[in-house]
Amino acid sequence: MLKVTIDNHTIEVEEGTTILQAARMIGGAVVPPAMCYYSKLKDSGGKCRTCLVKVAQGSARDPRPMPKLVASCRTPVADGMVVQNMTSPEVIDTRKAIVEFLLINHPLDCPVCDQAGECDLQNLSYANGREESRFEEAKRSFKVVDIGDKIQLHMNRCILCYRCVYAANQLTDNRSHGILYRGDVSEISTYIQTDITNDFSGNMIDVCPVGALTDKTFRFKNRVWFLNPMNASRSCSKCSGKVTAWLRGEEIYRVTGRKDQFGEVEEFICNECRFDKKEKSDWTIESPRNIKRASVISQNHYLQAKKPSVILPLENRTVSLEEFEKENTNEKQS
Amino acid sequence: MERKILLNNIAVPGIRTFEVFRSTGGYLSVEKALKEMTPDEVVEEVKMSGLRGRGGAGFPAGMKWSFIDKKSGNPRYLICNADESEPGTFKDRYLMEKIPHLLIEGMICSCYALGANTGYIYVRGEYKYIIGILNEALRETYAAGFLGTNILGTGYNLDIIVHSGAGAYICGEETALIESLEGKRGNPRIKPPFPAVVGLYGCPTVVNNVETLANIGYIVNNGGNEYAQYGVGKSTGTKLISACGNINHPGVYEIEFGLTVREFLFDEKYCGGIKDGRKLKAVIAGGSSVPILPGELILKTAAGEERLMTYESLAEGGFVSGTMLGSGGFIVFDEDACIVRNTWNLARFYHHESCGQCSPCREGTGWMESVLHRIENGQGRSKDIDLLVSIASKIEGNTICPLGDAAAWPIASAIRHFRHEFEEHIQNPEQCSLHRMEEFENLKI
Amino acid sequence: MLDKKINHPLHVKENSKISFSEATLAKAKQIIARYPAGREKSALLPLLHIAQEEFEGYLSADVMDYVASLLNIQPIEVYEVATFYSQYYLEKVGKNVIEICRTGPCAICGGEAIQAYLEKKLAIKTGETTPDGLFTLKAVECLGACGSAPVMQINTEFYEFLTKEKIDSILADLTLKAKEDKPEKSLWKEKFF
Ligand SMILES: Cc1cc2nc3c(=O)[nH]c(=O)nc-3n(C[C@H](O)[C@H](O)[C@H](O)COP(=O)(O)O)c2cc1C
Ligand code: SF4
Ligand code: FES
Ligand code: FES
Repeated sequence: MLKVTIDNHTIEVEEGTTILQAARMIGGAVVPPAMCYYSKLKDSGGKCRTCLVKVAQGSARDPRPMPKLVASCRTPVADGMVVQNMTSPEVIDTRKAIVEFLLINHPLDCPVCDQAGECDLQNLSYANGREESRFEEAKRSFKVVDIGDKIQLHMNRCILCYRCVYAANQLTDNRSHGILYRGDVSEISTYIQTDITNDFSGNMIDVCPVGALTDKTFRFKNRVWFLNPMNASRSCSKCSGKVTAWLRGEEIYRVTGRKDQFGEVEEFICNECRFDKKEKSDWTIESPRNIKRASVISQNHYLQAKKPSVILPLENRTVSLEEFEKENTNEKQS
Repeated sequence: MERKILLNNIAVPGIRTFEVFRSTGGYLSVEKALKEMTPDEVVEEVKMSGLRGRGGAGFPAGMKWSFIDKKSGNPRYLICNADESEPGTFKDRYLMEKIPHLLIEGMICSCYALGANTGYIYVRGEYKYIIGILNEALRETYAAGFLGTNILGTGYNLDIIVHSGAGAYICGEETALIESLEGKRGNPRIKPPFPAVVGLYGCPTVVNNVETLANIGYIVNNGGNEYAQYGVGKSTGTKLISACGNINHPGVYEIEFGLTVREFLFDEKYCGGIKDGRKLKAVIAGGSSVPILPGELILKTAAGEERLMTYESLAEGGFVSGTMLGSGGFIVFDEDACIVRNTWNLARFYHHESCGQCSPCREGTGWMESVLHRIENGQGRSKDIDLLVSIASKIEGNTICPLGDAAAWPIASAIRHFRHEFEEHIQNPEQCSLHRMEEFENLKI
Repeated sequence: MLDKKINHPLHVKENSKISFSEATLAKAKQIIARYPAGREKSALLPLLHIAQEEFEGYLSADVMDYVASLLNIQPIEVYEVATFYSQYYLEKVGKNVIEICRTGPCAICGGEAIQAYLEKKLAIKTGETTPDGLFTLKAVECLGACGSAPVMQINTEFYEFLTKEKIDSILADLTLKAKEDKPEKSLWKEKFF
């Protein structure tokens, strides 16, 4: 067992554990945010750089600090390692910069985005964002495309975490989408006109940290914070059949995998469960999901928030969050 | 200081062929290494020579070799990095074009030292004719029995394969190169693990630059100690410098470490001074990634000492007033050169070459290019300069591979040393003779 | 303003039956055999160079699918690679592809002026092909020949220390050769592998 100290919490972990995994074992504010790492997807992580932390002491044997911040999701723990996350101003400052990088080409279309309320980037930028953007240039823009009749791709929103590619590689045969081109014009695409049809392709939606891959069968498009997530199950020949059913009243609006507090699904589910079983009678509804995810909206932060402004690209106008919230509250009442 | 190690025989007619190369003492080192030395003894000599990697980072070659995992039982590989895409650098091409057997000889000794039975030469796709030259040279070497199975009857087997890239600067980064050699996108890998443990096909791998490997033959023949007699301090041996820009004699020069920058820049034997009698403005001393220095600081350190062509002397003063030897791409700017425009140009280069995996580099390089483009186009604002410094500082050190640093340094250093020029561009865009991007006609040819 | 509209088109497969000529196929097999068993994918970059040369100078979706089948990999693995590297062309190009270096060292030695001159002379913008299909003009990054700046590469040939006069004669020469149907191209598969 190796001893590691993160933000003054010490824990013993097995050899091969990464700093991020160790932090997750401790829990709470010690846990660095992770936008690309996904514990259930091999080789994921290392790309987004939001999980960078400072290693103040490399190990008991070699106590020198590491010269650069390291990606906690891909750096294994050494015995006697001392790590700083929230206790390092350098880490916090850098994370702010990383969030800014992730946002410069990300449309601020949260009000019209399906992912709002359960978007890792939205939450991350709320916690680490700058008040105003220093980026004045035009954002890059792609067309919205359907990849198959069940999944829609908004490439503008993609942060190139590669999770969906790993998911396709590891969960399905014959991956048919990938990362094409390079640099800041790279994109997720199938390159040729084709549909992604594979029993497990829908998991791409669950692993996407933002609203780039969305469920086209999400019925009547509802804001997630108006829905009640319930544990539901059915006997399924392809997957465990354990899902989260998102209900409003008696209706199932959508079905997803069951996500834990770090936003990762507990088990991947098949497309039949996800896309085709939308009647309450298809499911045994078990209990409400009581995992509290660190969502800005679920924690009611938006009500108190004054920042940041949300830009509605469609009308090209800026509304404050109060107005935004008011509009949405009206919707709720209506 | 005119002692040479690599280019002594460059002028011998026909040196490109095996026969002539062999007659000048070529491949003696292979006989010596394979017949008289153990692999570890070769590694020891290379350590003793103090030879440092010539690809840019200057990491001691012998030490790198000693990291290779010999326990795993997996095959081991040596890859020669001939991707040479760093702007201002064209020394490897010169070496491979003129005297390809020097590289092959060095590779055979190196593979033997590492216990590798396969070596790859990864050549950038643009050097198509070089691939032809190398393949021809390899054919000769196989025919002469220095490659293939049971080389010189010693029982040692080795194949060397030339592999072509296809236009991506990032594939010069060693792990991106390995990915590319595996037939994938040139995305650098996340380290650890390092290639010496998990490299090509998951096996222990060493990646070395062309020039680094070309030195090995001499070291085996004459011993590491003899090699270390060349140069000064920890900069042992000689270095190929590719000089370009506004100078009288652009080209590739082999210099012994320790030559002064002044002599290199102004002596007729080397650069021969600034073109058309103009004045020296600035130099990028080690390929486009290293910090640019104004004329005064490249000739003398901030402490007033003559600067030498060595790893240490060029780095004197850190990034405040120094730079790096890098890959040896020596780019000279005369008084008419526009630093703002050149900085924009390089920013565009790094933006174009970013692999796009990690967010600081993918987003930051494009952002910096946009801001510089704006300044160069006469639409800059004074706060843009600090914005650039801020973006560069947030890319640096936070990326997967050093391309992020390489993109940040030229911009940060240009602003550090030529801030006034950026300010003038912002206040008075019309002043600069080159001010409008679309207007090429008046440019000098 | 830099153009941020990204219009990578989705390509259409024509499912045309294509294959290498017998000689090329033999060469391709020889290249694949250079790599360890199970690592055939390593041959992808060289094979794409050859394919591009064999099939009209660019890689259509069908060509890429064919290469994928030779290596027994998914087509998307080929698309990922072909779109990453700048030497693979995804659209039809002219008989001669002029690649003018636009990077710093060439630029300070007049490379930009040469590029502008080429545009004027060919009456096209960088990235376009002349209506007669003879020339495509592309701007590329450092060609590793900065000591002979300004530099361009046409097909596999380097042209160095460029001046307006040199451009005139190079273009005239290539036009003539095209008329005589003697393409300048030195073939990858013959000379370089
Ligand atoms: C973005 C980038 C580009 C590089 N390009 C080259 C190159 O073109 N040629 C080269 O030899 N090394 C290049 N390197 C350095 C290699 O990663 C590696 O350090 C080198 O090949 C090791 O060889 P050496 O120790 O003999 O110098 C590059 C590094 C980076 C980060
Ligand atoms: S620093 Fe740039 S080139 Fe290197 S891995 Fe990150 S995105 Fe790719
Ligand atoms: S989560 Fe670690 S780098 Fe993205
Ligand atoms: S900059 Fe043009 S060849 Fe290097």
